[in-house]
Amino acid sequence: MSGVAVGVFVFLFLLVTVMGFAASRWRRAASLDNLDEWGLGGRGFGTFIAWFLIGGDIYTAYTFIAVPATLYAGSAVGFFAVPYTIVVYPLIFLFLPRLWSVSHRHGYVTPADFVEGRYDSRPLALAIALTGILATMPYIALQLVGMQVVLEVIGIGTDSSNWFVKDLPLFLAFGVLAAYTYSSGLRAPALIAFVKDTLIYVVIIVAVIYLPGQFGGWGAIFDTVESSFASFNADNADAIAAGQATPRAIMPAEAAHWAYGSLALGSALALFMYPHSVTGVLSTRNRSVIRRNAALLPAYSFLLGLLALLGFVAIAAGVKVANPQQSVPQLFENEFPAWFAGVAFAAIVIGALVPAAIMSIAAANLWTRNIYRAYLNRDATHAEQARQAKLVSLLVKFGALVFVLALSKDFAINLQLLGGVWILQTLPAIVVGLYTRWLHRWAVFAGWAVGMAWGTWLAYGVASPVQAHFGGPLVNLPGTETKVYIAMLALALNLVVAVVLTPVLRAAGVDAGTDHTRPDDYTADLGDEGVVEELDPAAG
Amino acid sequence: MSSNARWTLICVLLAPAVVLPLLVGVYDRHDPELWGFPFFFWFQFLLIPVAAVLTTSAYVLARSGEKKGDRR
Repeated sequence: MSGVAVGVFVFLFLLVTVMGFAASRWRRAASLDNLDEWGLGGRGFGTFIAWFLIGGDIYTAYTFIAVPATLYAGSAVGFFAVPYTIVVYPLIFLFLPRLWSVSHRHGYVTPADFVEGRYDSRPLALAIALTGILATMPYIALQLVGMQVVLEVIGIGTDSSNWFVKDLPLFLAFGVLAAYTYSSGLRAPALIAFVKDTLIYVVIIVAVIYLPGQFGGWGAIFDTVESSFASFNADNADAIAAGQATPRAIMPAEAAHWAYGSLALGSALALFMYPHSVTGVLSTRNRSVIRRNAALLPAYSFLLGLLALLGFVAIAAGVKVANPQQSVPQLFENEFPAWFAGVAFAAIVIGALVPAAIMSIAAANLWTRNIYRAYLNRDATHAEQARQAKLVSLLVKFGALVFVLALSKDFAINLQLLGGVWILQTLPAIVVGLYTRWLHRWAVFAGWAVGMAWGTWLAYGVASPVQAHFGGPLVNLPGTETKVYIAMLALALNLVVAVVLTPVLRAAGVDAGTDHTRPDDYTADLGDEGVVEELDPAAG
Repeated sequence: MSSNARWTLICVLLAPAVVLPLLVGVYDRHDPELWGFPFFFWFQFLLIPVAAVLTTSAYVLARSGEKKGDRR
């Protein structure tokens, strides 16, 4: 790797570092010592900022590395990321303004805050909070995996066999990220997201305009890929027949239609249950910002689709890497001038910093509000909560780092897979709760527990050619040979349990608790009673 | 327009953006190609602006409702 590329890379990295620290002065608040400011950026972001922030949240570095990698490896099902990011926006349009309204009126910072207010159940809120933290941790770890892949291709890092010395650059990058998240809170990723997305857009647009021409245009690229897959399938016919290898294709086979569709729908439903998307959404100024963004954010999906196809371009370009995740960074290194390769690598690494910051803030908010304040220090002041959250954001990131470096990368990927299954089990409590209080709080709790247990067990039972457990996100629909996404199956059982148990519990006279919200809370907007621009931290 | 009529219309507008991408059998084919892209790929790319236009129309409708105090 040339000095020019490394120089450009380091320059851009330093630029966002300065921005991250300066962010504490941006849209300056009287004090950052409360969660509304540190953890939600003052709850005042407009359409423009929210577009970058939520975009940075959803389209992470890991997505940018992993999605083209699946296509490079010949698994067309990986392209489900595109329908998934189409399906998600109408859902955001319908559901999230209601969550915004009720959260604003009651000062809720996390989805678990809402669940506690709605269902009057601390155990249920704790379950939602723990699920959120558990699902977010491996997600942060995967952002590190994305950074690591890029750093490997650049060749930054030393050859030492000691894992600490070898990954020193990763430590440095993460240490810097931790420091400015600590001092600036959600303002840091919001500001850095501008740089990240500008760079990503420039890189992708240049890549999709310039690269295909180098290899005879898209038609030739698809032809090359198809013949390459066909010869792979012919060479490995025996292994494929024996189930030791997976056949490659540019489109999902007919048997995989349900897999493709259920992955898209399940991931879309899971996405806005993730604490970091809720954090992004609650940081907006009013309901219209969310709906306007639901119409504007698909621009990123277009980008993601084009990026995914770079996995095919890498095949046509003759990129040969053992780890498919390196295919696109290697393509950039081979085909771009050094300085532009530096820009591209910086774009991906900065693309990991933004979501990692938001995710660690979201996890810290959950810990502080729903575990620390709910159980450990019930009279915590706003300043104490902010201090707690800042410390936990450091801890969460450190945990993710140890995770990736000391344990195996595969372990993080398996857990991320489980994270999607787990987080979807909070949907009945949150989404159904936004519309009706009909479900009994203990029925929701039981549904959650059953969904978590069954989903985990199903995932444990999935073997792949390379691993005996957690080999993939798909299982056969019971009684059929049709593969579907585990998370959707577990959610179905979760909902059945919740619906069946509700009348039973009610008939048995089990206390349903008091709903602390009112119907008009769900439609309140900026300017209504109790919904002010800047929440007064002293009012509590 | 009554509130129910408005929100039914909004849901009708949003429905194709949720349902179409999930019907893989509809677009799982190679032909016709467009600029070298198999149908499978260009159709999904086409769905993105279509979904954006539908969501924008839904937004305009919801917004006009909000001005009259009709929120959901």
